[in-house]
Amino acid sequence: MTTTEMMTLKTEPFMLNFGPVHPSTHGVYRMRATLDGEVILDIEPVVGYLHRGIEKLTEERTYSGIIPLTDRLDYISPMSNNLGYCLAVEKLAGIKVPERAEYLRVIIAELQRLANHCIAVGSFLNDTGAYYTPFMYAFREREKIIDLFDMVCGQRLTYSYMRIGGVSQDIPDEFLPALNKLVEQLSRWVDEYDFLLMQNEILLARTKGVGILPRETAINCGISGPVARGSGVNWDLRKADPYSVYDRFEFDIPQGENGDCYDRYRVRVEEMRQSLRIIKQAMNDVPAGPVRADVPHLIRPPKGEAYAHVEAPKGELGYYLVSDNSIAPYRCHIRPTSLINLTALREMVKGWKVADLIAIFGSIDITMGEVDR
Amino acid sequence: MKFERYGIGLIKGMMVTIQHLLRHPTVSQYPEQRLNISRRTRGNELIWSREKCTGCATCAKTCPQGAIEIVTSTNLADNKYEVETYRVDTGYCIQCGLCVEACPYDALFMGYSFERAKYRRGDLVQSDDELLESPERPASGYYHPEIAEKLPEQTLLIDKIVEKRK
Repeated sequence: MTTTEMMTLKTEPFMLNFGPVHPSTHGVYRMRATLDGEVILDIEPVVGYLHRGIEKLTEERTYSGIIPLTDRLDYISPMSNNLGYCLAVEKLAGIKVPERAEYLRVIIAELQRLANHCIAVGSFLNDTGAYYTPFMYAFREREKIIDLFDMVCGQRLTYSYMRIGGVSQDIPDEFLPALNKLVEQLSRWVDEYDFLLMQNEILLARTKGVGILPRETAINCGISGPVARGSGVNWDLRKADPYSVYDRFEFDIPQGENGDCYDRYRVRVEEMRQSLRIIKQAMNDVPAGPVRADVPHLIRPPKGEAYAHVEAPKGELGYYLVSDNSIAPYRCHIRPTSLINLTALREMVKGWKVADLIAIFGSIDITMGEVDR
Repeated sequence: MKFERYGIGLIKGMMVTIQHLLRHPTVSQYPEQRLNISRRTRGNELIWSREKCTGCATCAKTCPQGAIEIVTSTNLADNKYEVETYRVDTGYCIQCGLCVEACPYDALFMGYSFERAKYRRGDLVQSDDELLESPERPASGYYHPEIAEKLPEQTLLIDKIVEKRK
């Protein structure tokens, strides 16, 4: 058969199931992809395999008892989830957080961003074909950060460190020296990482110009976090609506130009540098004092509602709480970052090949715990 | 797909990999080599002090999972509460540590031990004397800095790597 004959062959659309158990779907995400040969015509996301009803569960728990639940939303970065929830309750009940606790929260949240981006970048490179070498390097660096979290709160995955009105306990004496060493090692590592893959021809070929998300689409879909910044949207809640003490630190918001996979990857690596910069500023002037406001275990916030949002590593994470003056919230709605970032996937993958679908999907950086709640 | 730079980036990447090939391994062979865990470890067993406990049941009210059950009776002679049963279903416990923080009499501790798996589901439900502190079940320094001081210092990966490079 000649090439001309092959070109004129009629093809039929073909439906292919990705997931829910597939190594590159980062959990139990399922896509019904309609393919023409190897070209993607359309995808239909199917979510809900990890639904645990967390929003409903919050209605029968006390305000402090919800903190362990928020760990299980985005289990890659539980500290940011804790922070977002605690900010919402503090806004609802009008609690003032001590200065020292604010600084500790910033340090911990930025460390969490580093740990999350280690996973995001490592698994993204794994998806694009740099099989397991960068992934293992990234996990080794994450391990160092996890060590510090283990030191302050005694757990390696579900931290539950933040409390309403502060943090659960003060940092141990050995924390700040260890953090100093860590920051020094990590900045060296980020440079090494750049050297390892930033100019790799295979990576460039697989990510440059692939999965372009235009700026307008990103804004229309409500995309936030590194995905939006990769498309050139200057939107970071740490600058746009500073919470905690973020307005006291100097840092830049890295932005991409084209909105392709490479830009999203580069924004994440740059964000790691900016996080290190914030940590360096914050750890030098941690004030002394209490780490927790005087808040009872069973708080009864006044009737009303509050919405608090934080710049979680994956994007904007919001908690909307309605109180009816009882010990449990009347309603708690979570604005999940991953689910909303995932809505742009269909726009990004149309017309690309199946192999690019994996790369594009990896570049969004989602956690299924947060998508399904 | 174009190879514009004739694989210079690939060679640069390989240089990093070769450097990593020559360094010391960062992993430890677990059952033989043991690292010290965090002083504030929230281990998988709760430790209860019968002497300090007054039976106020604050822990049971705070537990988000409802894993703690406490039965008290009034001792009329001494005019105070007495704890009849203190039962923790470790299978439900998520090790959040809220009960330890809530206890007003410092009668609860998180466990410092690990490798405490059981063969049966029923063994996970522990009550009274099984919950007391013993050499196999030391208390962790979570929310109790005075205990944390006595525990060995945590091995950190950052220190480990620096030591080996010297």
